[in-house]
Amino acid sequence: MRSVISALSAAAALAFAMTSVPTSALSDNPAKSITIYNAQHASLAKEWAAAFTKDTGIEVVLRNGNDSEMGNQIIAEGKNSPADVFLTENSPAMALVDAAGLFAPVDADTLAQVPDEYRPEDGRWVGIAARSTVFAYDKTKLAAGQLPKSLLDLADATWKGRWAASPSGADFQAIVSALLELKGEEATRAWLKAMKENVKVYRGNSTAMKAVNAGQVDGAVIYHYYYYGDQGKTGENSKNVAMHYFKNQDPGAFVSISGGGVLASSKNPKEAQTFLKWVTGKGGQDILKTGTSYEYAVGKGAESNPALVPLKDLQAPKVEASNLNSKKVTDLMTEVGLL
Amino acid sequence: MSLARSVPLASTAAPIRQRQLLPARSGMVIAAVVVSLLSLLPLGFVVWSTVDTGWVTASALIFRPRVGDLLANSLLLILLAVPISTLLALALAWLTVRSDLPGGRLWAWLLVAPLAVPAFVQSYAWVSLVPSLHGLLGGVLVSVLAYFPFLYLPIFATLRRLDPALEDSAASLGLGPWKIFLRVTLPQLRLAILGGGLLVGLHLLSEYGLYAMIRFDTFTTAIVDQFQSTFDGPAGTMLAVVLVACCLGLLGLENVARGDERYARVGTGAPRLAAPVRLGGLALPCLLLPALTVLLALGVPFLTIGRWLAAGGTKVLDMGEILPALWQTLSLALAGGLLTLAAALPIAWLAVRGRGALPRLLESCGYVVGSLPSVVVALAVVSVTARLLFPLYQTLFTILAAYAIMFLPRAIIGLRASLAQVPVELEHAAASLGKSPARALWATTVRLAAPGAAAGMTLASLGILNELTATQMLAPNGTRTLAMGFWSYSSELDYAAAAPYALIMIVISLPLTWLLFLQSRRLADR
Repeated sequence: MRSVISALSAAAALAFAMTSVPTSALSDNPAKSITIYNAQHASLAKEWAAAFTKDTGIEVVLRNGNDSEMGNQIIAEGKNSPADVFLTENSPAMALVDAAGLFAPVDADTLAQVPDEYRPEDGRWVGIAARSTVFAYDKTKLAAGQLPKSLLDLADATWKGRWAASPSGADFQAIVSALLELKGEEATRAWLKAMKENVKVYRGNSTAMKAVNAGQVDGAVIYHYYYYGDQGKTGENSKNVAMHYFKNQDPGAFVSISGGGVLASSKNPKEAQTFLKWVTGKGGQDILKTGTSYEYAVGKGAESNPALVPLKDLQAPKVEASNLNSKKVTDLMTEVGLL
Repeated sequence: MSLARSVPLASTAAPIRQRQLLPARSGMVIAAVVVSLLSLLPLGFVVWSTVDTGWVTASALIFRPRVGDLLANSLLLILLAVPISTLLALALAWLTVRSDLPGGRLWAWLLVAPLAVPAFVQSYAWVSLVPSLHGLLGGVLVSVLAYFPFLYLPIFATLRRLDPALEDSAASLGLGPWKIFLRVTLPQLRLAILGGGLLVGLHLLSEYGLYAMIRFDTFTTAIVDQFQSTFDGPAGTMLAVVLVACCLGLLGLENVARGDERYARVGTGAPRLAAPVRLGGLALPCLLLPALTVLLALGVPFLTIGRWLAAGGTKVLDMGEILPALWQTLSLALAGGLLTLAAALPIAWLAVRGRGALPRLLESCGYVVGSLPSVVVALAVVSVTARLLFPLYQTLFTILAAYAIMFLPRAIIGLRASLAQVPVELEHAAASLGKSPARALWATTVRLAAPGAAAGMTLASLGILNELTATQMLAPNGTRTLAMGFWSYSSELDYAAAAPYALIMIVISLPLTWLLFLQSRRLADR
């Protein structure tokens, strides 16, 4: 029995020795490490973090999550937030944290690296990448003439049960926030109600695209890079899929800006600003061009992956990123029963 | 086993002798009360936030069509998956205990082994095998395969222990074999079926990954959706209120159905072993049932993982990523298991040694809290630490405490059984030889209960190893467990990169389920 006891005590000692590994990430290792609340794709953030550490010697600790989850989390944490930098896939969560007054102003030379249209007027966060809304459709089923002219057409009864989306995701919620900004609350509520009737719900955009490819639905409202990402790998989830860009300043042509900001409460503001400057500069933007993310680069003079339809050809509607209202969107979606 | 028989003696020990142990006892009582109060935090949070939200908002968020849909989904799932699992488990248990099925012992273990496959890995295997699988029927299929061993295990153990004399009497009174099974055998299995059924039902209500992957919405998936949209917003919390009500309802239902009746043999001597029923020509068709079950519940996950591993080749084996995840998972499981054990010790000790209402109340507290879904526990812990106890927020201690709350019942059960076998006289003897009460307790009871403690801890660690939902919500920054790594790849549809994580989780869990199997046999043989 003594052996069991000593085994248990040894296990206890070992456990505490072992658990010091994850906590080392927590300890405020002065100046040389920043914590990023990352709602961008985990793989892209990992590439960025590795290259940044290589260039600057500053270590990065990533906490991965979703846009609105982490935006609300930062607000709940308030001044105590352990985050130094917040990165999102879309603008509404940035607008949310900005409205709560939790961002520090972004350094001027960082802002100068990004054109006006990809950052909010108040200069408290900055665009780091962009993505375009598309209608990914089954090209074996739909001819060009049968495609919806506008995102709003998907509310028609003719589309019942024929299109997919991932309403619990931040991406789709950002598209709805653009719709809300462009068409107002009543029109958005009516569209969401019709959507609840028509849509087949999937969890995650890649799953929705896979469903299109498998013939389970005719099309899906997602972002562009899922298609290119899959084509870049095996293409097995996008063989039958083609992209339809709504263009024409339609709400469905919305280009969503991924944002980055430095928390006012950051204990490492210098290193955090260095990261933002790096990610909007050549180092960060080149990874968008050469890596597997297929998101658009937004830095001045930065080029996107040549496989993509150029950003300037997308005829996106003009939407002020800082006006996008994620709270109203989740409330409306909860109200109609999509959440 | 002779120790077990001295338990009644122990509980009638004279009050004078009890008094010598008073300091130890009051320390244990205080510890047990503190642990129970802490473990009630999730329930308290749910009540408090309902009050805080206000009735108007709360009722608008609770009485809406979406909640009705989720309720219907959850009820249908339980009403289909629990009876199907019960029938399957009954048939399999009968075949492996009462018939001369070839390879009975091997089958028995193989039928428990699916517990080593985390439910979300089971779902991943099926979705990549049959991509169109979704909704209620898909949910029922995968749930049955993932959870039937929770019913098989207790039914198997009870069936082995039953005294066949009762059935012989029934036969001599002219009942046919089917009637004997229905009127004599089945009633004696009632407690095992109810207990196992409850466990399956609670898992159905609290599982996230399985249903997220198969596109079937339950309360738990909806709460996670809300959390991912609003962090700790009121809509998610109100869904949690309804979910908690469902779990408590299930618990109450089981309690009522269980009733006060007990079955026991009263004759002298040991019961005979039941003579196995000869299957004869039916042996081959009967073999099909366990073979098919094992093929679906174990074969499919292993085949799918193998296929993805082969497809991904060495390029998905990123050891720089997998090894730290393995290390973090093991350390969390070990540290969490120890904390759970430490928390369970006072409650289990009091349940065995104490008398009156308090020990019973504290013990049932543990079970009620253990029935709460991990998503609710995590939501409560995140909200409370973020708002009130910020120094504890996102710390290792907090996630370990949450694990302890979730897996407390597993540790209590293991500890309780082995504590009950230690005669209290040993403690008294140690005290009379001049040891302080705490040392007396340590030197006798705690040491003798070590095997049960180890088993309880192992079960808690197994739970932590495969925990996804709460871990994602509570993990300290920079943490990445095997389950988190698996989930982040599989939700980006990178099934090949997810495969090594799935395989490692299963391989670590397999020996632990073997232990579970041995434990249930030992309990039954006692």
